[in-house]
Parts: sequence; C-alpha cells; structure tokens
Amino acid sequence: MEFTEDQITRYSRHILLPEVGGKGQKKIAKARILIVGAGGLGSPAALYLAAAGVGTIGLIDSDVVDLSNLQRQVIHQTPDLGRPKVISAKEKIQALNPDVTVLTYQDRFTSKNALELVKAYDIVIDGVDNFPAKFLINDACVFADKPLVHGGILRFEGRVTTIVPRKSACYRCIFKHPPPPGLIASCQEAGVIGVLAGIIGTIQATEALKLILGIGRPLTDRLLDFDGRRTAFREIKTRRNPHCPLCGDRPTITELFDHDPETCAVKVTSNA
Amino acid sequence: MQILVNGESREFKADTTVADLLRELDVKPDRVAVEVNREILDKGAFAQRSLREGDRIEIISFIGGGQPADQYRDVS
Repeated sequence: MEFTEDQITRYSRHILLPEVGGKGQKKIAKARILIVGAGGLGSPAALYLAAAGVGTIGLIDSDVVDLSNLQRQVIHQTPDLGRPKVISAKEKIQALNPDVTVLTYQDRFTSKNALELVKAYDIVIDGVDNFPAKFLINDACVFADKPLVHGGILRFEGRVTTIVPRKSACYRCIFKHPPPPGLIASCQEAGVIGVLAGIIGTIQATEALKLILGIGRPLTDRLLDFDGRRTAFREIKTRRNPHCPLCGDRPTITELFDHDPETCAVKVTSNA
Repeated sequence: MQILVNGESREFKADTTVADLLRELDVKPDRVAVEVNREILDKGAFAQRSLREGDRIEIISFIGGGQPADQYRDVS
C-alpha cells in the first residue's frame, strides 16, 4: 500500500520520527485495535488512535450516551444524548480521520462473544469500568493470545498495565478474582475526576501504538498507578504468578465465563 | 525492623505477619493483593508469612470502578 500526498501530510509528524517513519506508519495503517467500552477510557484512546491512523478500530458498547457521561467521555457531545455510544463514537472518529475503518458492536462484551471478537483484532484496549468485564477481557486475551492494554480509573486514581499473554503477568496473576460485589465503589457511586480518563486512556493508546510499532519498552510486568491528587506516578513491578488460575502452571480456568454480581461473592473463596 | 511498604520505609516489630501489617494499616484483605518481594502472596498465607528485615511489600488495590452491587453496567 502507498500513502497519498494528503496522507503523507496528515501523518508527517509521525513519519518524521525515526522510530516510526513511513514503514511504521504503514504498520499503524494495517493495525486492528478493539476498544471494549466507548466511555471514559475508550473516548481518548479511540480519538488518538484514530488520529494516529490506525486502520481498523472496533468498538463494543451496549450503552447510550447519558448526561452524566459528558464530564469525561469526550468522544460524545451534548447532541449525542440518548444515542448509542458506538454510533456517536464512530461518527467522531470518521470526522477526524476518514482513513479509519470503524466496526461497531452495540452489544455487551460477554463470555459468548468475547473470544470471537478478540480474535479478529491485533490488540485489545480495556475501557470498561466494572471488574467482571475486566476479568473477562483479560481471560479472552490470554486464551486468544492477544496483547491487552488494561486501564482503570476511580476517584483521583488511575492504573495502566500492558499484558502480553504468557510472556508477562496477566490481571489474574495479581488478582485471582474480582472483589466481592459492592466492596469496591464504582465511578457511579464514588465519582471520578474526569481528566483521569484522558490521562489513563491516552497512556493506553501510547502502549497500543508502541506494540504495533514494536518500539520502546512496553508496560509489561509493571502496574503504572497515577495519583491525581499528588500528580505522582508509582510503578509496581509484577511478574507472572505460577499459581495464576489462568496462565499459571496448573490453570483452573480453562474456558471463558462471566463473573456476575450474584455469583461473584461465591466464587471469591479463601484463596481469592 | 525496617520494611518497605509501597516504596516507603516503615518500622514494624518482630514477628509481624502480613495480616498484622494490613490490620495495622487498616487495609481490608478482601480489597487488595499483596506482593512480597515481587511475588504475589496467596491470601491464605497472609497470617502465616512473617515479615523479615528488608522485605519489600506492595499493597495493590483494585482500581477501575467496581460494579455497583445492584447494577451491572458496561462502561466507564
């Protein structure tokens, strides 16, 4: 594939970088990235990846735009209220960069569709706000052997980590199971400073671009935690856990399943 | 003895276990994972594992929003 004059101009600030160049920009153009959740984290991730010229962006989200979303979900705007988030996001992406193919799934990400979806992409970005979905995304990526860029935000704190299945620690290497329902507050209950979505979501986009380009040092085996009150990052070094129920030496999770609020508490046993 | 907790040096008395440490810091074990010298410690071992001089402890909390108890929403 060859770039047009306009594309060379559009991506010129990338092409100028020795680490990217025309060759790297072509890798970006061929990349397929799935963003699970077109909300707080998914918004900035989708916008920057679209601007960067990622060839195919998949968006899965079952929700419609709510007024309380607009404080941080910057891909959606006031006239989008009540519209499906994936449609609203697709329009913004295409207005920003018509080079991008946007595939939308107005659906929930569940154990039924997770594997098939993840397999169709090169990299997955976690942009969901609940633990059952976060664990499911992790599991699907490990089973499908797809790199995952995990992100989370709550109150003034955020976290990013990159997971390269069976090469670096997965989410279950650290947390075997989700916390019991109701134990950890949600953004809906506890609030979140809106800008955190931008900080964490754009780091996720950075990680995805690095993976596509094969440059730098990925955020693997490291949790990067951000404290917005102190404007401080803390890095927690991790490593694969041989006792991981998913990617450890003797895995007990051999197929996808949905952690749901009712069974979550039951599944969290003494060694959770 | 000196223990590094989340990168900060803290003084604990001998025979303190990981469970004791969490209690002292008012951290509920259900809400965190604990790493001792880069190895994730099984929750079942919190009460057994005694701290040793120079141990590096990371208390890792869940970040990402939990699902509200009465609702299961998809998106942050």
